[in-house]
Amino acid sequence: MPDTLLPRDGLVIVAKRDCPTCVLVEPVMQSLDRAGPLAVVSQDDPTFPSGVRSVLYDDALERSFRLNIEAVPTLIRFKDGREVERTVGWQRQEWMRLAGDAAEGKGLPDWQPGCGSKSVEPGMHEALIARYGDPGLKSREIAVGNWDDPMEACFERGWTDGLPVVPPTDERILRMLGGTERKPDEVVGLIPPNLAPCTVEKVAINAVMAGCKPEYMPVVLGVLEAALDPLFVLHGLLCTTHFSGPLVIINGPAAKAIGMNSGVNALGQGNRANATIGRALQLIVRNVGGGLPGAIDRATLGNPGKYTFCFAEDESDPDWEPLSVRRGIAPGKSAVTLFHGEGVHGFIDQKSRTPEELVRSLAMGLFGVGHPKLCDAGNAVLVLTPEHYKIFKDGGWNRRRIEDELFQALKRPGRDLVWGAQNVAEGLPPKYADLVVDKFQPMPDGVLIVRAGGEAGLFSAIIGGWPGQRVREECQAVTREIRP
Amino acid sequence: MNSQTKLRDPTAESSPVRRARLTPPSSLDGKTVALMDIGKSRGAEFIDRLEGHFKKAGVATRRYAKPTNTKVAPTALMQQIAAENQLAVIALSD
Repeated sequence: MPDTLLPRDGLVIVAKRDCPTCVLVEPVMQSLDRAGPLAVVSQDDPTFPSGVRSVLYDDALERSFRLNIEAVPTLIRFKDGREVERTVGWQRQEWMRLAGDAAEGKGLPDWQPGCGSKSVEPGMHEALIARYGDPGLKSREIAVGNWDDPMEACFERGWTDGLPVVPPTDERILRMLGGTERKPDEVVGLIPPNLAPCTVEKVAINAVMAGCKPEYMPVVLGVLEAALDPLFVLHGLLCTTHFSGPLVIINGPAAKAIGMNSGVNALGQGNRANATIGRALQLIVRNVGGGLPGAIDRATLGNPGKYTFCFAEDESDPDWEPLSVRRGIAPGKSAVTLFHGEGVHGFIDQKSRTPEELVRSLAMGLFGVGHPKLCDAGNAVLVLTPEHYKIFKDGGWNRRRIEDELFQALKRPGRDLVWGAQNVAEGLPPKYADLVVDKFQPMPDGVLIVRAGGEAGLFSAIIGGWPGQRVREECQAVTREIRP
Repeated sequence: MNSQTKLRDPTAESSPVRRARLTPPSSLDGKTVALMDIGKSRGAEFIDRLEGHFKKAGVATRRYAKPTNTKVAPTALMQQIAAENQLAVIALSD
């Protein structure tokens, strides 16, 4: 504590006018001032308490922070510049023990608890650490000039995806780190393409920039861990000329807890958690891994989902087996599934009324993934909306039945698909001519069925995968449990 | 914004804090150089001399001028310079 902030000897009381207990003990503070020496540190009003000669207005809360005040009033005795003892709230016996008879407070109740200090209000503590304490962050500091806009400084340093980012100040980073119990210096993994070590602190910095709230941190960390699973082949996905990028699907209580959207416009804009969690992953790859478009990212066209592509599954129907459970996660657990997704392809069917009709129709739509004459050139995600799902449910079909029937409906005679067939050069090699060919790999990897979307609309969505998925043992969608 | 802001580096910190300057071109062959007069007194004389040197060396140039030396160049002018040239000399004089 700098010497100029507080007296070296005597009593110090930290108080605020907004605290009824502080107001209650105002006569005691006046009495102690007469007995002197006393200094009152007032957090919210330089004229409170009245009748006290030394009121130190602590609007910046530096004194309160350095004294580690959690509640007011707090009475502290100093001797030779050092704290000797303190008491919190109003307790006559304690105050008299510390301050003598002048603290008797005749007519007051014997005891009354205090109020929370302004220095520990939500978010305030981190701001005060950033300003007056040691934030303990290891990432290097970047000073932005007095007259420069921090947001523009982020653009100039190449830290953004083309949209503005939230400038990563210590205060914001500390708040973000408060969203996880994991230590800031824990290494989450090596981020391609540069295989740079990524600490929890770097994740937090990029999550701040993406616009995340601290409570998203466990999900962001889970997403990153899934992305770094060697089976996901993030490096290859990053440098491909294909459209695909990471598609994030969240299951379980975590999605609800942070308010993710699985309903109306689930694949669109407007939900902070959906938007920023997917973006945080992309910023980590860009900033920590060095995966820059036009450099290692060689996408011919890319897709808008490479800004962010993240949504939650609708788990409101207890009859529906969630995607994460289908992929081996225990029911009731939160999980992330990462898929190599290209853009959203809308699928319209307003005529099918039976599961049999709809599954054949969906298979026609799914056959278009990549190219109608290519098979095993990437898998797919099928986002079933409520109205389409109702047709299956009313017909008594559950997830497993839909998957089985869809897999059968996605078989084609090779003769229709080989090079030159149907007067189209693209297709399969001639060796497939006499075979029956599957469009995708076996379930559940071939088509990841997930429920989402608004109540109205006989539509579903098809999200094509990445040809890198063709060797199942080398590259697949990855599902991981999210640690709290 | 009149107080200094401190940010934390979101990258792997494999490059210097100060941004690297663009590497000068290895040759001026086939390039056009913008000669930008910022409007200070005798700036035009300096630009004239530079223009003469470039001409002798066979390098194409284009002349531009700021409307006033007291304000930054208009965005449209900077975009025009970037679109029509590969290099620029912004001339100061006094």
